[in-house]
Amino acid sequence: MQIHPFFSIMTAYSRFLAKRHFSLRQKDAGTAWLLLIPSLVVILGVTLWPVISTFILSFFNAQTGINQVRTFVGFGNYIEMFGDQNFWETIGRTLYFTFASVSLELILGLAIAQLIHSHPWGWKFLRFSLIIPWAVPTIVNGAMWRWIYSADFGALNGLLMQLGLIKHYIPWLTLPNLAMPLVIVADVWHMMPFVALILQAALAGLPVELDEAAAVDGANAWQRFWQIRLPLLRPAILVALIARTVDAFRVFDIVYIITNGGPASKTMTITYLTYLNTFSYGKQGMGAALSFLISFFVLIMAFVYIRILYRPEEN
Amino acid sequence: MRTFYRITTLLIALMLVVGIAGCAPAQPAGPVTIHILTQDQAGMKPAEIDQIARDFEAMNPDIKVVMEYVGYDAIHDKIVTGMAAKPPAYDASMIDVIWPDEFIKAGYLLDVTSRITPEMKAGIFPSAWNGVTRNGKVYGMPWLMDTKYFMYNKDILQQAGFTEPPKTWEELVDQAKVIKQKGLAEFPIIWSWPQLEGAVCDFTILLFGNGGAFLDANGKPSFNNEKGVQVLTWMKQTIDEGVSNPASITSDENAVEANFLAGKSAFAVNWLFQYSDSNKTDVSQIVGKAAFAPMPVFAAGAAAGIKSSSVDGSSSFGVMATAPYPDQTWKFLVYLTSNEVQTKFSAEMLPIWQADFQGDALTQLLAATPANPVTVPAFLGQFPYANERPTVSYYNEASKALQLALQEALTGVKTPQEALDATATKWLELAK
Repeated sequence: MQIHPFFSIMTAYSRFLAKRHFSLRQKDAGTAWLLLIPSLVVILGVTLWPVISTFILSFFNAQTGINQVRTFVGFGNYIEMFGDQNFWETIGRTLYFTFASVSLELILGLAIAQLIHSHPWGWKFLRFSLIIPWAVPTIVNGAMWRWIYSADFGALNGLLMQLGLIKHYIPWLTLPNLAMPLVIVADVWHMMPFVALILQAALAGLPVELDEAAAVDGANAWQRFWQIRLPLLRPAILVALIARTVDAFRVFDIVYIITNGGPASKTMTITYLTYLNTFSYGKQGMGAALSFLISFFVLIMAFVYIRILYRPEEN
Repeated sequence: MRTFYRITTLLIALMLVVGIAGCAPAQPAGPVTIHILTQDQAGMKPAEIDQIARDFEAMNPDIKVVMEYVGYDAIHDKIVTGMAAKPPAYDASMIDVIWPDEFIKAGYLLDVTSRITPEMKAGIFPSAWNGVTRNGKVYGMPWLMDTKYFMYNKDILQQAGFTEPPKTWEELVDQAKVIKQKGLAEFPIIWSWPQLEGAVCDFTILLFGNGGAFLDANGKPSFNNEKGVQVLTWMKQTIDEGVSNPASITSDENAVEANFLAGKSAFAVNWLFQYSDSNKTDVSQIVGKAAFAPMPVFAAGAAAGIKSSSVDGSSSFGVMATAPYPDQTWKFLVYLTSNEVQTKFSAEMLPIWQADFQGDALTQLLAATPANPVTVPAFLGQFPYANERPTVSYYNEASKALQLALQEALTGVKTPQEALDATATKWLELAK
């Protein structure tokens, strides 16, 4: 019977360990590395290698297609991008989406977390129901809000008509200055529960004694929130902010479903632009360069958050 | 302890072997499976194509057909991403009339010239072959010959006091104002003007109906000349006057259909499938009220002798160049596009076969579905006026630029002239 090479290798390794006089620590380390190999292979294969190959691709003029010749253009893609007004407008629009949606999610999430933390009647149901918008897939959420905003059949128009606030149905998503805020509302509805649940879990873990001591010292509820709980929540807020900012800056699916980037590209975000360049226009080199810039912007934002909010001494 | 290490290492080795064995290419056992991508919009309905696939499988037990349906606007990018895999995600896909140049340049489409029989060549409409033929080579099997149609709601027109549908766009505006005034429809016409391909199709209809064209004799953009600007100015004006539904700016063809079938519009411009749907009681509130009329033109176009103007929205099925089972895939496509199948399922799309529109075959075709006595004459009357969008390899990016221009003008972000000029400049850059 022929033994598979992998069995041979592993058996050899086992004999190697047995014959040599390694310390227990060394043997543990060796086994640990061995156990890590599959994970490392996966990480290198599906994360690091694509990142490296995308970075290399960003220096080429590469069209989609079979056996297409790639032309090295150095920083050509980056230079073209920086010189394109559309790129900067898209970055501005994406920052607007990110700042507005993350801010709203943080404020509303904190308010709801605080509400649950105060254990009002039905708080368990409230906490459970929070999961529902978050559990809805983004595509479904987008389709739902697209219908809500529909000019002909939308629930928003129906509601406003019944309240007597409008006389005619309004084509909301055709209004250039309103389309992005409407997409933001849809995103906030979807992702705010994520922030609320993180903050609620953090609030539940805070020492009660501090709050009680402050109350005994005469601090009112407002003061206790601002002076005691909020500073202690900083690590949880940092986690929520980084996770949401990274996600919001890369927003794609909800825009794709609700507006297709319209009207007049007023909801076109940087990831959507990357998608168009890569798949619709077949400009893979440009798409790779855009992808790298997205990563760069995300890293900067994460760095800023960490500098502002991370206090190792508090851990 | 030694035993523990041995067991651990052996277990890891086993995991690796099993994992690597799983990556080995599997040999097909039993029927060959082919994956076909197409749209859930114009043309046959998914349930009909599924039925055709099952019939084919019954006749060919060695081939299993897996159909995948997506919205039209997602197909192009699905093809591109699907072709990145080896073997490709799809063995064949619907190819819109505007994509062959790009996909041939990318090497995605199999040259099927040698598979075309003389009967196919002679039997299918020449214009359908034009859509898949480049430099004498054929890159697909014609599948759908479609064009946009002008449809109106007979009841609304009658109540407004009109006995005839409009022949020119100016006449349409006059009729629309009366319809609006009488409260029969808040916005009398609905279009497909979103930041998607549908907007370019509608612009094509209007541009050629005004005597314009996308490119001049030298191949340079000409849609930003006086005729093009007039068209875009008219489009914006109809929205401002409440003649065109402002929701057109976000409506794809499915949304246009939903609006028209709800009885909210007197007029709609859409593909053929809308007519058949208009007579289905489960989706339509205007059963028996929809009718076709020749697509109007502008008065200036009519004066220049243009009788009607629409857009070619035909499509084919292309076999992917790297597909592992081209023979089986082609066999299915031949069946799918056969005369017999196309006649049987002709409610939403009419056959590509010329003979079906003559003699006894025509009688048979007219009787094939309840819609055909209306759609067949409409097709024969409208398709000859279907205008082509530019056939260039960079069409998708050029079209996106034009879609943006149309939206900028329609939402008042730019003037029609500014928006079209910027797009013309972009087209020149792309052509370099």
